[in-house]
Amino acid sequence: MENFTPVSGAIGGAMIGLAAAILLHGSGRIAGISGILGGLLGAGGKDTWWRLVFILGLVGGALAVGFADPATAAITIEASWPVLVLAGLLVGFGTRLGNGCTSGHGVCGLARLSQRSIVATAVFFAVAAATVFVMRHVMGGGA
Amino acid sequence: MIRLLTAGASGLLFGAGLAVSSMMNPAKVIGFLDFAGNWDPTLAFVMAGALAVTVPAFRLAKARPEALSGDSIALPRRRDIDARLVGGAALFGLGWGIAGFCPGPALAALSTGLPEVSAFALAMLAGMGLYKLAFRE
Repeated sequence: MENFTPVSGAIGGAMIGLAAAILLHGSGRIAGISGILGGLLGAGGKDTWWRLVFILGLVGGALAVGFADPATAAITIEASWPVLVLAGLLVGFGTRLGNGCTSGHGVCGLARLSQRSIVATAVFFAVAAATVFVMRHVMGGGA
Repeated sequence: MIRLLTAGASGLLFGAGLAVSSMMNPAKVIGFLDFAGNWDPTLAFVMAGALAVTVPAFRLAKARPEALSGDSIALPRRRDIDARLVGGAALFGLGWGIAGFCPGPALAALSTGLPEVSAFALAMLAGMGLYKLAFRE
């Protein structure tokens, strides 16, 4: 557990929660990233602009942290290119089919005690943990 | 205008939070999902920090007649647990487990400029497009 960072985790988490609260009280929308992004595909209409602005903000906010503190914003990607593409397809298709991801079902849905979100969150956490177990400890070199 | 300002403020804070909490780092996320390995519980603290704000925020929202922008507060009304919900969550979990990226962190990580992130994000958009084609929604 040498990489455990509970304080920055909780602070960043509260920032994410505050972001969801601002969107909810400001314009009545749920801060579910897969819904905001998926809604941009071929949509048009009154919801296009705020979705685009939100996503640009999302990238900009992370960029700002990267400038202020490059070590915090540094990332490590272990997956190979074909695995990343396969994972991206699954995440894109699955989040639309299941109506949400870690933000919409997790951060927002759990807060409302939505039964659908509780089930979805339990399923995607369980499947993701099982996937990591199989890849790391059954198939892989046990890294 | 209020709609765009709140979207911008919310997006900036969301992206900054993902970076500060290290949740845009797939290695960190996989460290949480890897219960049998060198387990890193950080993600649970991120979730707790977020819920500490969203639980009261949603409770207060129920008492509001409308949002600041004048829009109605659009809370999902569905309650049914169907095969699409469970199947979709399972496919998402599989993709999340193999690469460590979920939608928010993948978009926030575009800020690193790494080409691998763009590949994941484009594939994710393609997956969303495939869903749209398959279900004509």
